[in-house]
Amino acid sequence: MTPAPAPSAALLDATGIAKRFGAVVALRDASLQVAPGQVVALMGANGAGKSTFVKILTGALKPDAGHVRIRGRDSTVASPAGARRSGLVPVYQEPSLIPDLSVADNLRLGDTPVDRFRHWISQLGLPGLRQDAMIRALPLASLRILDLARALAVEPDVLLLDEMTAALPTDLVERVLTVVRAQADAGRSVIYISHRFTEIAAICDRATVLRDGLTVGDVAIEPGIEDRIVEMMLGAGVATAAGTARRIPLPQSVPRLSVRGLATGTRLTDVSLVLRPGEVLGVVALEGQGQDELFDVLAGNRRATAGTVEVDGHPMTFAHPADAIAAGLTLVPGDRAHALLMQRSVRENIALPLLARFGNWGGIPARDERTRVGAAIDRLQIDTRAQGEVRRLSGGNQQKVTIARWIAKGVQTLLLFDPTRGIDIRTKRQIYALVRDLADQGAAVLFYTSELAEVRLACDRAVVIFNGRVVDVIEAADADEPTLMRAAYGLTEKTGLIDKTGLIDKTGLIDKTGAVA
Amino acid sequence: MMRVLAANGWTAGLAGLLVLLLVVTKLIQPSFGVSGLDNLARSALPFALATVGMAVVVIAGGIDLSIAAMMAVASVTAAVLMDGAGDGQAVFAVLAVLVVGLAMGALNGALIVVTRVPDIVVTLAMLFVWQGVALLILNAPGGGAAPWLRALAVGGVTLPGVPPALTDWLPRGFVFLAVVVAAIWWPIRRSKLGLMFYAVGSDSQAAYRSGVPVGPVRIAAYAVCGLFAALAGLAVTMGTGIGEPIPGPYLLASVAAVVLGGVVLGGGRGGILGPILAVIVLRLVRMDLTLLSVDPNTAAIIEGLIMVGVVMFGAVLATQGRKT
Amino acid sequence: MTITTTDTPTALSRLGRLMVDNPLLPLSLILLALIGALAILNPAILSVFWVSNTLKIAIPLAMLAACQTLTMLTGGIDLSVGTAATIAAYVTATATPLIGAPAAMGIAMACALAIGMVNGTGIAFARVHPLIMTLGTGLIATGCLLVYQRSVISTGTIYPEVLVWLGTGRTWNLPNGLFLFIPFAALILWAQRRTGFGRLLYAIGSNEAAARLSGVRVWQVHLALYSLSGVIAGLSGLLYLGMVKTASLSLALPLDLPSVAAAVIGGTSIFGGRGGYGGTILGALILTVLATMLTLLQMPEGGRRILYGAIILAVTALYIRLTDHS
Repeated sequence: MTPAPAPSAALLDATGIAKRFGAVVALRDASLQVAPGQVVALMGANGAGKSTFVKILTGALKPDAGHVRIRGRDSTVASPAGARRSGLVPVYQEPSLIPDLSVADNLRLGDTPVDRFRHWISQLGLPGLRQDAMIRALPLASLRILDLARALAVEPDVLLLDEMTAALPTDLVERVLTVVRAQADAGRSVIYISHRFTEIAAICDRATVLRDGLTVGDVAIEPGIEDRIVEMMLGAGVATAAGTARRIPLPQSVPRLSVRGLATGTRLTDVSLVLRPGEVLGVVALEGQGQDELFDVLAGNRRATAGTVEVDGHPMTFAHPADAIAAGLTLVPGDRAHALLMQRSVRENIALPLLARFGNWGGIPARDERTRVGAAIDRLQIDTRAQGEVRRLSGGNQQKVTIARWIAKGVQTLLLFDPTRGIDIRTKRQIYALVRDLADQGAAVLFYTSELAEVRLACDRAVVIFNGRVVDVIEAADADEPTLMRAAYGLTEKTGLIDKTGLIDKTGLIDKTGAVA
Repeated sequence: MMRVLAANGWTAGLAGLLVLLLVVTKLIQPSFGVSGLDNLARSALPFALATVGMAVVVIAGGIDLSIAAMMAVASVTAAVLMDGAGDGQAVFAVLAVLVVGLAMGALNGALIVVTRVPDIVVTLAMLFVWQGVALLILNAPGGGAAPWLRALAVGGVTLPGVPPALTDWLPRGFVFLAVVVAAIWWPIRRSKLGLMFYAVGSDSQAAYRSGVPVGPVRIAAYAVCGLFAALAGLAVTMGTGIGEPIPGPYLLASVAAVVLGGVVLGGGRGGILGPILAVIVLRLVRMDLTLLSVDPNTAAIIEGLIMVGVVMFGAVLATQGRKT
Repeated sequence: MTITTTDTPTALSRLGRLMVDNPLLPLSLILLALIGALAILNPAILSVFWVSNTLKIAIPLAMLAACQTLTMLTGGIDLSVGTAATIAAYVTATATPLIGAPAAMGIAMACALAIGMVNGTGIAFARVHPLIMTLGTGLIATGCLLVYQRSVISTGTIYPEVLVWLGTGRTWNLPNGLFLFIPFAALILWAQRRTGFGRLLYAIGSNEAAARLSGVRVWQVHLALYSLSGVIAGLSGLLYLGMVKTASLSLALPLDLPSVAAAVIGGTSIFGGRGGYGGTILGALILTVLATMLTLLQMPEGGRRILYGAIILAVTALYIRLTDHS
């Protein structure tokens, strides 16, 4: 591993950063060094601590330990304005512009130097942008460019770009990459957060990799480095669960769920999949590739703009989650805060779907409810009283309550969205066992996970989604983490790296997966 | 672009509606003339000022349910201070009332920011508090108003050096309104503070990231609302000659006028002219109903229906806008 | 990454949690303390008669506060209850001479129900904020009342026997209103905990999105809720009419805001998801005793208003502070 620059020469030096939120440790010992004139990629899988790290760098959070120094001075930033003064300017994923003001007004608001802003705007490929254009009327791609131009106009020492190219068309991407490289050449530095290996290879000098809150590597970008980086992001093999025999789903003529060409919003473009009763189908994807929208549509929470959904062979459209539930599709959302009534008791949470229909608004059959709820609690081994407030439970138990809700109602098709995120290993294993159990009894399970190791442990096969499309279908036997990871990054065949002359290589990668749309 | 056109189009539409209504009024009562216009101005003045205050706070993303109560406090404070007092004291009284208005509004805003209780709840609670304060100052309508103050809003305008015929028809009430709004709102609108009001109302998160001090800006918006509430309360006393401790129907009227005037309840969009035109339109509608000898209670129902309909429509629009 | 907070309770937060979970405890203490203070101020005042009178006065307030409790559980509010009650009372009083008591009361209740349904429609479908919607509906209803008033100006008023009996009569030294109120309160208390509808109110107030994902059609609940609120308000109006025996156009309006105060003091969160009618009943009692105290102290109406506002604000701010870890 080539050594990182000595901290004293670094423009930005973040060392020994630790941060915990209550019982959860987000960062253990994260560090990042950026020398002047360098472009450093910050990489890490979901849950590695990247977003917490970024918040600490930009001053939105204070670290429990460690320091952040810019030009050798402790950067005690407490706010976005403070971060700017210290020389670090971030460009976030969500645009920071006021929707109901014009471009000119936004510049006035942030005290952005107009001339320099215009200079960067034309460099970035939007010379025709009108100063009086209303932000709300501009497309997302333009907004991201505006944010970048605003950041560049204040001439930051360190520019932090978070998924800068995520919503951009090819031509703008090229401009951005050129401009970023030019910043470095002029002696400034850039921290580049991205999932896209092609871009990282094109413009970055080094890559810092986070895993489980630790900086596990700091490498120079050179040909062939991607495999090492993938390895670092995954770490040494996770202790596998006690071997469970792989089940073979019952062959059925009519699939439980059949999705064709589903699209909605900007991120879900064209997903097709088939789910059979008795099968556990995994879904693997990086953040924001359309999986949220997919599950939302299937749960009846969102309308599709294109494509069809068939349940047991019958075409269905859902106007409301109640419709989906009536068709047997039940969702366990990824964010427990969205799924649970935190202030209410376990019993109330679990029994909620049973009361939803108007016919059930009357007196609650107490004994029946107690039995059902009790059975669900037992089945999931939730170790708490039914009267306890959900808010006081551990994350694992909270997750179990979310699942228990559907056990009590009866499961036909279960949509699990990252059910094991932030959960201890013991509970995870319980959940895998439960999922297999349900499948054995004839349920169909769609299992989205951000943790690749789980696919083998819980699923029969997995579809990989990238850029709103299914790019690969992998059997559990072949679903080792490196394979899944490569597929998730859109690297479905071995591609060489790009040299640093700034042009994106035509490896056919882009055409095949539509990566840079 | 389209948005700007749309916003101005709305205001233009309101202006057109106003003209139309004036024509209709003339048709209903051919003798409607300068004095009729004057009546309209006088009855609309407190509503218009209250509407401006509400508009400012709604643009900044909030709402102030205590506006009618703050008006009552201003009204009775002015009446008590001016009762039987000389002209000099009356000027002092006016200034004192304006300061009181600023303070009331600022207190509302500060409580909202500091306690983090939602604006609706805080201003609902403060509604009782200000009502109580008004009652403590004056527990029944009474007090007095300086004659020169009353004259400010009555009759036509006479400018030195200009033949009266040119300006006589222009109601002082409208002129007073225009001058006050121009003196207070225009400078704010052009300044960075005005920009910050819109920013915070549009997207307070993005505003924070752009370096806007969101808390103080919101307090400032509520303070401006309090100032206009004080002016509106003064207008009530100017019109009736006494102080009124019981809040009038200004809350719903101002909210309806704000929505009808093109200001989105969610904040960040709209201006002051639209709501002012809207409130005049609403008052003119009421006047027309009276001229048509419609039972005043039925008129109240019609007015109420219009207001509720408008607010409902506005709420629907607000949710549509947010979805994009 | 999801975050779970560990429990490192300080004494204050533990006390806070106790208070928030079991509001009946501190409320009862406050009530007793107030009665104690009253006794100190004027020992002669405490008597069976006083207790009976306090209960009598508190009942309509407690009933209107039920409307607030139920709507606040979903994060809403109903500021049209005073108007609905007033209308029900006025219609009863003025229509009884024409069509007899049962018919008049039936029409009165229908009016109250209509108000509730209009509220429910606006809130469920147009998604207007309940506060603004109920404020507006109240205004329209007032207008309708005034129009109605002109048409019955000469019919005179009759107060139905049963209402007068309920409102002013006594049995065993306790107000007859309890014959109506006790079953009413029992029904509400049972409904909020033991019916699907009650549970859904808490669910929607706690996390509307989660409720929706569990298949709850929220518009149905809102429509039913505000209609129910209208009915309860109508009922309170009838009782109040029997108590006060005046056909006034602003009969129950002074109870509007105190009904909100009673619910808030009683531990029902204005944001929804927690609280209950038990606390509200105590809240209504506290306010009634407080009113006696203020009258004894000869505090003017203005002072009372300020106190109401300050109490609501203080209690809500306190709840926010105490429940801050979520």
